[in-house]
Amino acid sequence: MIAAAALADRPMVNTCPAFDADAARRDFPILATPVVHGRAFLDSAASAQKPIQVIDAVRRCYEAEYANIHRGVYELSALATRNYDAAREKVRAFINAKEASEVVFVRGGTEGVNLVASTYGEKFVGWRDEIIISHLEHHSNIVPWQLLAERKGATIRVIPINDAGELILEEYEKLLGPRTKVVAVTHASNALGTIVPVKEITAMAHEHGAAVLVDGCQAAPHMPIDVQEMDCDFYVFSGHKVYGPSGIGALYGKKALLEDMPPWQGGGDMIDSVTFEKTTYAPPPAKFEAGTPHISGATGLAAALDYVSSHGLDRIAAHEKNLLAEATERLRQFNGIRIFGEARQKAAILSFLIDDIHPHDVGTIADQMGVAVRAGHHCAQPVMQRYDIPGTVRASFGLYNTSGDIDLLVNSVRKAKEIFG
Amino acid sequence: MTFELRELYQEVILDHGRAPRNFGKPDRVSHEAHGNNPLCGDKVTIYLQVDDGVVKDIGFEGQGCAISTASTSMMTEVLKGKTLDEAHTLFHRFHALVTGCDESTDGEDDPNLDCEALERLSVLSGVREFPMRVKCATLCWHTMEAAVKGHGEPVTSE
Repeated sequence: MIAAAALADRPMVNTCPAFDADAARRDFPILATPVVHGRAFLDSAASAQKPIQVIDAVRRCYEAEYANIHRGVYELSALATRNYDAAREKVRAFINAKEASEVVFVRGGTEGVNLVASTYGEKFVGWRDEIIISHLEHHSNIVPWQLLAERKGATIRVIPINDAGELILEEYEKLLGPRTKVVAVTHASNALGTIVPVKEITAMAHEHGAAVLVDGCQAAPHMPIDVQEMDCDFYVFSGHKVYGPSGIGALYGKKALLEDMPPWQGGGDMIDSVTFEKTTYAPPPAKFEAGTPHISGATGLAAALDYVSSHGLDRIAAHEKNLLAEATERLRQFNGIRIFGEARQKAAILSFLIDDIHPHDVGTIADQMGVAVRAGHHCAQPVMQRYDIPGTVRASFGLYNTSGDIDLLVNSVRKAKEIFG
Repeated sequence: MTFELRELYQEVILDHGRAPRNFGKPDRVSHEAHGNNPLCGDKVTIYLQVDDGVVKDIGFEGQGCAISTASTSMMTEVLKGKTLDEAHTLFHRFHALVTGCDESTDGEDDPNLDCEALERLSVLSGVREFPMRVKCATLCWHTMEAAVKGHGEPVTSE
């Protein structure tokens, strides 16, 4: 279904050989450790494990190529700077941005949204203006906008979802108007897996002159991203969900917008010149990167993007689509299973409840049965409120998952039913 | 099934989880407080009717997992008829029991300790093998303490 989503946005012919997950698993040292070996890690949507290529890149950075960037005239600093700039170029290529200067390194998706809300939002959203988000959003794409709305006296409007977990675009259209200044939507729901038609949403927002931010945290690991094709104004994603280090992520912004936005944090590296009377700022992206950045993180992120690109996101998507279909089909065999999120286009996320067993009890039983799943509201409480449930059990799949992992998941569900029978 | 899992989900816990006792708001309420576990979303409201320092009636509302619901249900059962001092002592002993810090035997002679009540609650001690779940068992007790002390602020387990 992921591949279908990618297809929907741009034509694609998949002639590659099938993805070899068993071979890919050998790239992930943690899967061979006593804590994980023989168990199923089905929580990649929370954070993905790291391949040796990423671990090696971070190690190499500190062992051989580390100094502060943009500082020294000495060779080591120049080398570190080149690596950092090269990482930015890798991100540019990964999301198909026009220029590397449109890529701002941030700590992760959350910081990216906060940055946009605090700069673009601060300048362009005013009293009685409206910010549209969707009912699918993670708290990180809700709360920064609420904080902005409170500061400005603006209003948050919410695109509703249908029972399948898809945005109702007719309702979205009714929300758009002259007061709409920002539309902030997820590319793929972390709680339900729904893939959102962001290109269409962006086009509709632009007709009303609103800027669009897309939260790509759950999309980046699973499907090809093309921000130019999407035409969104901002795109954010986190490194740790795409097999890279935590603490690093990227914010894409259209060049003209980044130039027009006020700076965010003040400090070193983001200035042009400083006097006590007047400071002028560096052009983007440096304007938004005050202080020494996460240098090894950028290196690790670049290695992670290389890693997924070397496998091919199309092939990864096809593999995960098969896993999702198999897991969905096998869980449906149980009486009393309720699956939340049945969008026609879905990322590899399977949210469910069994009978009336609380998700935390299922989570503990699954853990004892060798399966790591997330249980709870997944930082998306409004989604849970929509279905009037306290939370769900969420199995999410990454490139290293196999049918064997689904066997363990199925055993866990059987065990939970047995205990609570 | 592992031994720990059997210990955690004993029949008496499953029973209280399925059919909680004292669920609902009592007719008369002198103290109440809300508890919330922001990480997992568990919510509970504890209601007490305290007359002359004795818990005359106690009830609860809310939603949570089997452990949380069973713990709350069992707490309401053992606290009915207890003095506030006895309730306070039980809270501390129960906390020690489920966190595995039950080393000290101080208080064995505590006149406020109802050993039989503690014995009944000890069925929940299996939770100590599941550090992520200890809060499920203790949220109701923290909330009860807050209700008695009359804190206006909702309790969180964080």
